[in-house]
Amino acid sequence: MRNLPQSKIDTLPKTNDFVVKFANVNGSGSASANNMFAKAIFRMGIPVSPHNIFPSNIQGLPTWYEVRISEDNYLGRREGVDLMVAMNEQTIKADIDAVLPGGFVLYDSSKQLSNNLIRNDLHYLPIPLKDICLKEFDKPAQRQLFKNIVYVGALSALLDIDFKILTDMVSDQFQGKEKLISPNIHSLELGYQYASETFKCPLPLKLKKSNKNKDKILMDGNTAIGLGCVYGGATIASWYPLTPSTSVVDAFAKYCKRLRIEAGSGKNKFSIVQAEDELAAIGMVIGASWNGARAFTATSGPGVSLMQEFLGLAYFSEVPAVLFNIQRTGPSTGMPTRTQQGDLLSCAYASHGDTKHILLLPSTPKECFEFAADSFDIAERLQTPVIILSDLELGMNEQICDPLEWDDKRCYDRGKVLNEEELEKIESYGRYQDLDGDGIPYRTYPGTHASKGSYFTRGSSHDANAGYTEDGDIYAEVMDRIALKFKTAVKYLPEPEAPDIKKNSLGAIFFGTTTSAIQEVLDSLAKKGISLDTMRLKAFPFHDSVSEFIDNHDFIYVIEQNRDAQLKSLLKIECNANEEKMISILSYNGVLIAAKQIETEILASLDQAEKTGDARA
Amino acid sequence: MSYIKKPKFQHPDLQVNDIGLTRRDYEGTLTTLCGGCGHDSISAAIIQAAADMSLAPHKVAKISGIGCSSKIPSYFLSKSHGFNSVHGRMPSVATGANIANKDLHYVGVSGDGDSASIGLGQFCHIVRRRINMLYIVANNGTYGLTKGQLSATADLGSKTKSGEESLYDNIDMATLAIELGATFVARSFSGDKQQLIPLIQAGLTHKGFAFIDVVSPCVTFNNTEQSSHGYKNTWETYVSLSKVDFVPMKEEITTSYDPGHGKTITLHDGSVIHLHKTGLNYDPSDKNNALKHINQHKDNGEIATGLLYINQSASDLHEIQATVDKPFNLLNNHDLCPGNEVLAGINQQFR
Repeated sequence: MRNLPQSKIDTLPKTNDFVVKFANVNGSGSASANNMFAKAIFRMGIPVSPHNIFPSNIQGLPTWYEVRISEDNYLGRREGVDLMVAMNEQTIKADIDAVLPGGFVLYDSSKQLSNNLIRNDLHYLPIPLKDICLKEFDKPAQRQLFKNIVYVGALSALLDIDFKILTDMVSDQFQGKEKLISPNIHSLELGYQYASETFKCPLPLKLKKSNKNKDKILMDGNTAIGLGCVYGGATIASWYPLTPSTSVVDAFAKYCKRLRIEAGSGKNKFSIVQAEDELAAIGMVIGASWNGARAFTATSGPGVSLMQEFLGLAYFSEVPAVLFNIQRTGPSTGMPTRTQQGDLLSCAYASHGDTKHILLLPSTPKECFEFAADSFDIAERLQTPVIILSDLELGMNEQICDPLEWDDKRCYDRGKVLNEEELEKIESYGRYQDLDGDGIPYRTYPGTHASKGSYFTRGSSHDANAGYTEDGDIYAEVMDRIALKFKTAVKYLPEPEAPDIKKNSLGAIFFGTTTSAIQEVLDSLAKKGISLDTMRLKAFPFHDSVSEFIDNHDFIYVIEQNRDAQLKSLLKIECNANEEKMISILSYNGVLIAAKQIETEILASLDQAEKTGDARA
Repeated sequence: MSYIKKPKFQHPDLQVNDIGLTRRDYEGTLTTLCGGCGHDSISAAIIQAAADMSLAPHKVAKISGIGCSSKIPSYFLSKSHGFNSVHGRMPSVATGANIANKDLHYVGVSGDGDSASIGLGQFCHIVRRRINMLYIVANNGTYGLTKGQLSATADLGSKTKSGEESLYDNIDMATLAIELGATFVARSFSGDKQQLIPLIQAGLTHKGFAFIDVVSPCVTFNNTEQSSHGYKNTWETYVSLSKVDFVPMKEEITTSYDPGHGKTITLHDGSVIHLHKTGLNYDPSDKNNALKHINQHKDNGEIATGLLYINQSASDLHEIQATVDKPFNLLNNHDLCPGNEVLAGINQQFR
């Protein structure tokens, strides 16, 4: 092996605060090895956030796994890479270019690195991964797969990962498949041994056990949603496969098979139907919900586009429905495997005519679980669709969060549904009568009473007794009552989170995965003497406190991950917010927004304001 | 819409059925369809069928799509819940409803535009999923509500009132249903109540997906001498492959059928369909034979009607998916929520 030049830049020692990025070829088995790396750090008690950046492809295209390690608990994305595990020849030039000066490159030295890949400000960690595996393993598949495990073993020595944690994880993962345990552990050892004999270990980048993850779990949002649907009493899932929502139904299926089998009979207390398209998926949800069962579908932007007509039917005929939209980058097919918050407006007002929908905006896996379970109560209480807007970043990446909890005293809120005895007592029944003045009428399930409570559900205009009408005044009365229902809705929705408002002149409003960057921005700005009040939105229609927050600040940064400032538009429409005082910070390149961008744009706007006397840059 | 309220007057001597209801109890609102519309005869046949077999109206759910056909659930069984959904999507709504509560009878009513064009995909998939229901297509070969465009079931060469000629081959919903695995497939004519009523009763009782394609002429837009779905053409060309009687399970079977004069099929609840022997000696349990007969008649310019195919051994979606006996909409917290202790264990797997 030829000697690589020594880096002219020394690396500043960094403990528990750096970024490791893995550049792989998809379909090469790297995902589970990379997950093992991130989870080992989690188990060392160190805050860690992995992000998958993967292609819409099954085999052969570039894929990355970016792991941020932050003792300060900054779990958003940080730009710049401290250590690149460069395993993909297609992208190696760009991958090496992305490493910060003084950083490290681990690569497979079975093949010589070409001269144009040598930067004199980096440290190179050559490991002959292919040669090691050729020598140690006989089967072609093993030779390929175990390269990944060997580099994890090497990283264990280089970064000082507790080796026992890794071997325990292998034993856990392959429980019952004992044959797989020893080659995996052997591979870890090969990497560990090679690195400790060849390099000065640990590197100046290193890990030190911490206690930041006490009680915490590491889970992805889609798994949490699947579990939330089991806990929330969903019995029916109908869906059409669509990245990045597919793992929601996978998780629901997995936990139903474990938790929803009737004792004795072995029969299923759930039904999962893979529909012919998204129209049928939402149609089944509406049919099932109309008939009194809890049902949901999971999809992404293209699916929501197809569901528009049915969403309007459910809005106008007042049928509950639960829809999870795991947003991806649009428009059209867009970037199917990249993240975005681009469906806010299309979901808030989905369908033709005057429509509006309840949105829930989770930002952690724990909230995915809670909002999933709550969404069935809310949909049945309000008799209307509820759309939970997650995104690929939250749905498909593991995040550290508090453990999931369930209050065993909690009973499902099935909303205003009249049973047989209640129908028996009343003289007449009208499906759309507003008896309580809150805009929410009373439902009945088909088959409840022999002679009372039947009605005709329709998407055509109807009167308070569900009879067809083309009388414009009666139509308007129904539309006004539904508008009232949406005012009532706010009290059933989670309130925005605005921790200790200090009456600063500057405020920031955001939702969902944007939240992951905020604490880092606030801390960094505080060091520069700048403070911001923040408000994290959790639901739409907005709570009154949103308007108050906007009114009480001179300028509001509206931070979101789409091109057209959709949240700003929604605030303008729904809160009558003054556009002049809202400053957009937008990210729409398909990866999670980074703290640095937000901070830079805030500083630039303040700088501009100083020059012009106006905070609008 | 109807501007005339239906009178509530009821003749005191009106006959009551086994559950104490009269025929009036099975009616709906006044029809708003054109006078002479075939669809009204279908409503009347459903009313008669349900009343005669003493079906509890509230144990029926009526679901439809959009179009003239899809209006008719308003005109029968007003004590049943109804759902007039969106164009071409009745099958998915019916599927969801059926999964939610396996204990009701489901009657889906659709048209040829609704099921053979915009909703053809959903139609195919509800057949595949073997939803336990009766699915009726009121088939008039035309789009009535948008004033007479041709539909996909109009035969090649068929002409509407405006003179528009069908230039494309038609879709035969009955053969399609048989090929896709429907376990009860019939065709009838709105003008032949004697044939239609027992088929509706048998379809309602059959466990699995029952389909009836009912030729139902549109008197306003598609009843010309050149239209394949007009009264004249249908009367002249329809051939009954089998004459059917339906005997509900509760009724004492008083008529004795000589085995030499037909075939008796016992449905899963004990009800009986008797197929009278016709000159054709038709066997509806043979799928390939059914397809052959329908196509042969079509080649001769005839419409094959009657019970075309029946398979009693097949299961429905609930059986395929092994769902619990209790309807999903009756399951509560206790049945469905695993509780916090289980969740604590799940958390542990993510540490």
